Amino acid sequence: RKGASVAVVRSDGRVNLNPKGRRAQQLISNAVATKSDSAAASSSSKPGYDSISDLEHELLLFEALQEGLEEEMERDLRVCVMGEDVGHYGGSYKVTKGLAKKFGDLRVLDTPIAENSFTGMGIGAAMTGLRPVVEGMNMGFLLLAFNQISNNCGMLHYTSGGQFTIPIVIRGPGGVGRQLGAEHSQRLESYFQSIPGIQMVACSTPYNAKGLMKAAIRSENPVILFEHVLLYNLKERIPDEDYICNLEQAEMVRPGEHVTILTYSRMRYHVMQAAKTLVNKGYDPEVIDIRSLKPFDLYTIGNSVKKTHRVLIVEECMRTGGIGASLIAAITENFNDYLDAPIMCLSSQDVPTPYAGTLEEVTVVQPAQIVTAVEQLCQ
Amino acid sequence: MALSHLAASASRSSSLLKPLSSALSLRRPISGDNSPLTVETSVPFTSHQCEAPSRSVETNPKELLTFFRDMALMRRMEIAADSLYKAKLIRGFCHLYDGQEAVAVGMEAAITKKDCIITAYRDHCTFVSRGGTLLEVFAELMGRQAGCSKGKGGSMHFYKKDSNFYGGHGIVGAQVPLGCGLAFAQKYSKDETVTFALYGDGAANQGQLFEALNISALWDLPAILVCENNHYGMGTAEWRAAKSPAYYKRGDYVPGLKVRISWFVETMVLLSCNLLVLELYETVDVVVLYAVDGMDALAVKQACKFAKEHALKNGPIISSIKEEKSLFCSYWSFVDVHAVRVVTWKILEMDTYRYHGHSMSDPGSTYRTRDEISGVRQERDPIERIRKLILSHDLATEKELKDVEKEVRKEVDDAIAQAKVRNFLLLSF
Repeated sequence: RKGASVAVVRSDGRVNLNPKGRRAQQLISNAVATKSDSAAASSSSKPGYDSISDLEHELLLFEALQEGLEEEMERDLRVCVMGEDVGHYGGSYKVTKGLAKKFGDLRVLDTPIAENSFTGMGIGAAMTGLRPVVEGMNMGFLLLAFNQISNNCGMLHYTSGGQFTIPIVIRGPGGVGRQLGAEHSQRLESYFQSIPGIQMVACSTPYNAKGLMKAAIRSENPVILFEHVLLYNLKERIPDEDYICNLEQAEMVRPGEHVTILTYSRMRYHVMQAAKTLVNKGYDPEVIDIRSLKPFDLYTIGNSVKKTHRVLIVEECMRTGGIGASLIAAITENFNDYLDAPIMCLSSQDVPTPYAGTLEEVTVVQPAQIVTAVEQLCQ
Repeated sequence: MALSHLAASASRSSSLLKPLSSALSLRRPISGDNSPLTVETSVPFTSHQCEAPSRSVETNPKELLTFFRDMALMRRMEIAADSLYKAKLIRGFCHLYDGQEAVAVGMEAAITKKDCIITAYRDHCTFVSRGGTLLEVFAELMGRQAGCSKGKGGSMHFYKKDSNFYGGHGIVGAQVPLGCGLAFAQKYSKDETVTFALYGDGAANQGQLFEALNISALWDLPAILVCENNHYGMGTAEWRAAKSPAYYKRGDYVPGLKVRISWFVETMVLLSCNLLVLELYETVDVVVLYAVDGMDALAVKQACKFAKEHALKNGPIISSIKEEKSLFCSYWSFVDVHAVRVVTWKILEMDTYRYHGHSMSDPGSTYRTRDEISGVRQERDPIERIRKLILSHDLATEKELKDVEKEVRKEVDDAIAQAKVRNFLLLSF
């Protein structure tokens, strides 16, 4: 292929020249220049293709999710979607737009507002071998289905002695949006993380959104896919070819030397913005998007810790009982000897999300706080 | 077709105790045979918004003897489980089904193994009626690897995938949405099978039940909801828990739902009373609901058979519907549009009774009198009923039936002995 060759430094230290495979990572030389509301272009997360446009196409994150869903529905007739307003309305975030027309009302099901029962129905259908994709219009509404998700989705494979697998995907947008109020700004990853038997992944870019969606649908395990309300309009070029992302692998966003910053979902963009400032100040942060919230990719994380010896976790869920809390425990248990400083964790405040914009801003982690934290960590 | 059950049968004046056919004057061997026999159920069906099925149930001596044996086996199994629990070989929760055997046995007689059954935690007998072995039952109860869930589930988590028994659920009411999901999958795959989702009178007050009912009706799922009403939700009698303990009426829609009958189906509705034709703007929605004497295995069988047949029905209907460019066509896109599928869903309420308490930790006598329990046992016991039926029709002698019971007892004891020596699952780190 013509064009500049790209050398790729992998997180385990190997250098890969002339990467051809999909799995090659691209060096990000500059952090994305986003405003604090992260509405503009994303930091690229796709593998190292030179920009040959006929092998890629540009789209927004919700379109990437739709593409992934559509391709899987075409590929496997057992895949169906159920949720509120996913059919005729096209999905409240347009993720299922056009699918009802294409696949019919039996495969794209508009449900009444009854989360507990339609999640239960999805699980029951999954027990027989169907592969439903259950959409919660907002992740917070899935709290009504907690019993079904915890007891039936997570545990049936075990309590039946392995007779049943539950290949269901439960997905929906969560996270703090734009003044949506406390009940519509919930982060459920902290509540679900203890459920034995489920997998949790969080997407952050169009590339990994499509890849994770496809992988989740193909997986025999129940997977909860966390999307974020503010990330649906991110734009990126993704490959035309069929690809999936590993459900249990973290993504190296920016290799570095001084400090490991672990993040996921929307906070990735705040981190990358802070990284730009940090680079200007002479720091070299390594940014990892953990993507897999359960189980953690301790391989990638561990290698990074062994390299940098300092860890900062930046997350959007609450401090108490959140993903960061579990991550701190996991890293401390496994890599304590490699740490030169205590792990720092920046999380949202343990308060209901306020409506007023200024207050809401303060409850989530802002890039300035990340910069300060790194400076403190690297003293 | 299936309407034959509704056809007015010649009035059978015979009561339960008189033999019906003179051909039965020669006593048959105990193994019975398949010659048809018609028996009337003990009480008529009570229906809501429809005509009830006929009281005359078709059966045969072999089936009756099978009923007897199966119910005796289940009864023996539950009593044995009681003893094992008291001997601390079974721990945790153990919910016993004795008294309610007729529901499991009658239902199984009306359906095939391709139809799905899902129930709550009082699942030992349902598991056996679906083909589970006694060894699997006792081993699971005692936590051994030979159990149906390898000892990982326990009393409340019996499953048998190959015969479409989906468990086995501990949280009250949570299995009903799952059951509707099973029905959805059956419809999706065009299986021509139905799902029976069982729940109790306690679960009947759960919100998710109504949610699932609504969705099942809306999407025409071949789901049949069966309320096993044993009149007590653990320690709370049904009249203390429900404003309307007529659970078979719970499917009725609130006022305000518009029901318009299009002319060409009117006659069909009058004939069969339970067509549900989904059409975009004209909906005929008649829900068939009826109460069944749950201690009468034959009545259960009749009700379930009726429910199944009317849950799957091809209507020859309807070119005008076919031509509708509407949701209707796309909705049926996975179904042969030339034979419009007409589906009903149902609630069956089985009036039954459990002799034991809610579970082994409940003596069962603080909220009901011993007289009540022994009264039911004397008058309505399902096994006694079948025994009387068999004896009155000279299908077997009393001694032969006692031999069956002895045989069954031995089978249960053998299974327990075998299960006791089985290993627990090995842990490997």
